[in-house]
Amino acid sequence: MAKDRARPEKIRCDACPVMCYIADGRSGACDRYANEGGQLVRLDPLTVLERSKGSGGEAVAFLDQGTDWDGDVIAASNRFVTAVGAGTTYPDYKPAPFIVASEMDGVDVITVVTEGIFSYCGVKVKIDTDRHLGPEQSAVRVDGEAVGHVTTGEYGSQMLSLGGVHHLTGGSKKEGRVTCAALLALCNGEAVDLTIDDGSDITVQADAAPIINGTLEERMRVGCGSATVGMFASQWKGLVDEVVVVDDHITGVMSEHQAGKVIGWPATGIRIKGRRSTPGRYFQVAGPGTGWGGTNLSDPLTILGAYNAKVAWAGQSLLMVSTTGEHFAYYELNDDLVPVQKDIPERLKPSITRIHENCEPALSSVLFMGGAGGSLRAGVTENPVQLTRSVQRALTRVTCGGAPAYRWPGGGITVMADVARMPENSFGYVPTPALVAPIEFTLTRADYELLGGHMDHVVSLEEALRGITGPQNDHILKGRRDVVPMSDNPWPMSKT
Amino acid sequence: MSGFAEQPIMQMLPDGRRLHLRNGPIDLIIEAVGAAREVEAAYDQACAVFPGILGGLAGELPILRAPVSAAMPAASGPVALRMQQAALRHAGDRAFLTPMICVAGAVADHLLAAMCAGRDLRRASVNNGGDIALYLAEGECVEIGICANPQTGEMAGRARVACADQIGGIATSGWRGRSHSLGIADAVTVLARTAAEADAAATLIANAIDLPGHPAVARTPAQELSPDSDLGPRPVTRHVGFLTETEIKMALHTGQDYSKALIADHRIAAVYGYLQGHAFALNTKPAVVADPLEKTVYA
Repeated sequence: MAKDRARPEKIRCDACPVMCYIADGRSGACDRYANEGGQLVRLDPLTVLERSKGSGGEAVAFLDQGTDWDGDVIAASNRFVTAVGAGTTYPDYKPAPFIVASEMDGVDVITVVTEGIFSYCGVKVKIDTDRHLGPEQSAVRVDGEAVGHVTTGEYGSQMLSLGGVHHLTGGSKKEGRVTCAALLALCNGEAVDLTIDDGSDITVQADAAPIINGTLEERMRVGCGSATVGMFASQWKGLVDEVVVVDDHITGVMSEHQAGKVIGWPATGIRIKGRRSTPGRYFQVAGPGTGWGGTNLSDPLTILGAYNAKVAWAGQSLLMVSTTGEHFAYYELNDDLVPVQKDIPERLKPSITRIHENCEPALSSVLFMGGAGGSLRAGVTENPVQLTRSVQRALTRVTCGGAPAYRWPGGGITVMADVARMPENSFGYVPTPALVAPIEFTLTRADYELLGGHMDHVVSLEEALRGITGPQNDHILKGRRDVVPMSDNPWPMSKT
Repeated sequence: MSGFAEQPIMQMLPDGRRLHLRNGPIDLIIEAVGAAREVEAAYDQACAVFPGILGGLAGELPILRAPVSAAMPAASGPVALRMQQAALRHAGDRAFLTPMICVAGAVADHLLAAMCAGRDLRRASVNNGGDIALYLAEGECVEIGICANPQTGEMAGRARVACADQIGGIATSGWRGRSHSLGIADAVTVLARTAAEADAAATLIANAIDLPGHPAVARTPAQELSPDSDLGPRPVTRHVGFLTETEIKMALHTGQDYSKALIADHRIAAVYGYLQGHAFALNTKPAVVADPLEKTVYA
C-alpha cells in the first residue's frame, strides 16, 4: 500500500476516525482540514469581532482564506478573536486552540480562546409578561419532554430555567436530546415552542416578543398595580372619582393608596375582595391567569365587594385598568350603588394611552449559563485551579463569543451571558448531549505568566488574524468571519 | 495518537425543516416531508444511527479500499455491506474498483433506511454531498436539477422522478467533484435504485468518458494527492483544458456506450453526462431526464 512510502511532508489528521494521510497542499477527505507546509490546518471560519466606526451590526464580511489584508484600515488592536469556530481540544490536556496576545488600551493582554463542551449548562429565560404562564415548579416541555421548569417570577416577568445536567443526562435519551436541541435553538436565537404543565403554550425567542397562547405579548407592564396608582395619581385627580389598577400581584386602589391620600383624594366607599397588604394595596384579588393584569379575570367587577353606603354616592365614577393599559373599563354607580359600565369618557382616554406609552416592549431574554470548572481550564493553564482563582479575583475577564459573561460568586467558573449579544450561530452541539459554547479568557500577559499559562503557545493577534497559531497544531483556522460587535457590550471591545 | 477528535454534529438548518449531520468527511442534508410527528421521529431515528457510522466505516477501511471481487471478505458494518454489494454489481466489468467507489451513496442509503423505518412519510431525501438517497411515497414526485459544473453550479438538465419510477438514488461524479476521477467528464448524473448503485455507476461512467493520453488533460497519481487513496498509483484528472467538438463527442460516446450497457443490465435507470457544453441523456422511461442541450436518446 501507498502508506509505506509516505514521505515526511505527509501528515496524518486525527480530527476524525478516518485518520487521513494528507499530502502537502491538499485537504483531507472532509475538505475541512488541510496540510499546509506540514501543518494541519482547519479550514472553518473563525469569528473575529471588529470594532468599527459605526455601531451597526450589519457589516458582516466573510473572508474565506484569511491571507492578505491589503486596504485594511482597521488596526489589529481593534479586533478581538472570539471562540466561535475556534474548535475544542476536549478532553483539554492540550493548550486551547488559540492563545492570542494583543494590546488593549495600552496593556499587554492574552486572550485564551476555546469552544467548550458544556455538559453542565442551561438557559435562564426571562419573559416580560404578567400573564400567568404556569405554576412555579411546573415542568416546561418541548415535544412532550421535560426540558426545565417555571422558576420564581421577577418584576414584570416570568422566569424559566431550562436545561441543566439532569435534563441533559439524567433522564431518558430522548429527554436529553430534546433538551439539548431546545437549548441550542434558544442560544442560537431561534424561536422555540414551549408547553408548561397546567399552564400556557408559549413561543420564546431571544430578544423577541414572547407569544403566549398564540397572542403576541407586546408590552411589559408599566409597574405593579400599586406603582401605577402612584405614578399617575395626580394626572387622574379631578378626572375620575376612583381608579383601581388590577394586577395579579398588587392591585392598587387610588382613594386608599398613600399616593392618593397625599394629594387629598376623597374616600369612595369602595371595597376590594382580596388580602389587604397596606392601605390601597391588595394581594390575591383573583387567581393568576392570562386575563386582566395577569389575573384570571375577564370581568374585573368580580373583585369588588358591596360599596360602603355611608361613603359612596350615586353617580360616582370608577376607572378600572390593567398594568399595561391593555384592559380598561369605566363605570358609574347607580342609585343602588352598583357599578354600571359606560363608554369611557374622552377625558380619561389620554391616561390609558399614557400607561401604554410607558410600558416597555415585552421581550424574551435568554441567558446561557454554563460551568467551565472542568478540564477546559487545562487548555488555558498548566495549573487549572489558578485560572479559577484568577477569574474569581477578577484578574481574568471571561467572555462568551465576545459577549460579557457574568461569573457567579463561589467556586468554579460558572458564567452567564446574553445570547443576543453573541455573534450569530455561536453555539454548537455534540450528541453526548452537550452544548458547544465559545468562551474566552482575557488577562494581562504578566498575570497569564504567573498563573502558569501556556506561554510557548501564545501567538500575536496579527498572527492569529493571519491564521497562524501556536504549536497546538490541530486548530489552525484559515477562514475568518468578521462581525461588528454589539455596540453596547462593555467589553472586550469598548473603550472605557 | 492524540486524543483530539471532533464529535459528530447534528443540527437543524436555519430553515427549521432540514437536518444537518456532520462528522469528518460525512456531511448530510436530510429532509423528510410528512406529518410533523412522523418527520420528527424520522429525524430522531437518523440522529440515533448517525454517530456510529463514521467510526464503523473507518474500522473497515482496509477491506473497503481493496479491489472488489466475489472472493473479498464480507464487511461487517451495515454501510460497508451496502458498499460491497453495490460495488459487486460492477465487479465483472474490466474497470478497477473498490467498495470506496460508492461510500457516499451507501451512507446516504443507510441513513434514509434508518429514518424511514416504521415511519409514514410522503417523501424523504438524504443528500451526502450531491449523492442523494431518495424515498417517495405512492403518488409523490420530485424534480431534480442536474448540475453540469459543481464549481459554477451551472444547471444542465432536469430530472423528474416519481414514486412509480422506483428510483431511490441519484449521484453525480466528475473530475471537478470532491472525489478523484479517472475520466474527464465535467459531471455524470445517474439515477438508480439506490444511492450506492447510482454513486458507483456515476463514477464508472465518468471514468469511461476519457481521452487517454490527451495533452490537454493533466493527471497525477492518486496517491500523490491523497496518500491513502484506494486508487493508488492510478492517474486521476486534475485539469481538463479546452477540447475540440470532435474530441468531446468522442469522449461522450464512450461514456454513452458504457451507460447503455448498464441500462441494458438494469443497473441504472437513467444517466445524464456532460462535458464542455455537450451532453448525452439516456432513459429507461421517457421524460425522467430532460435534456436542454441535445435530444434525449432512449435506450
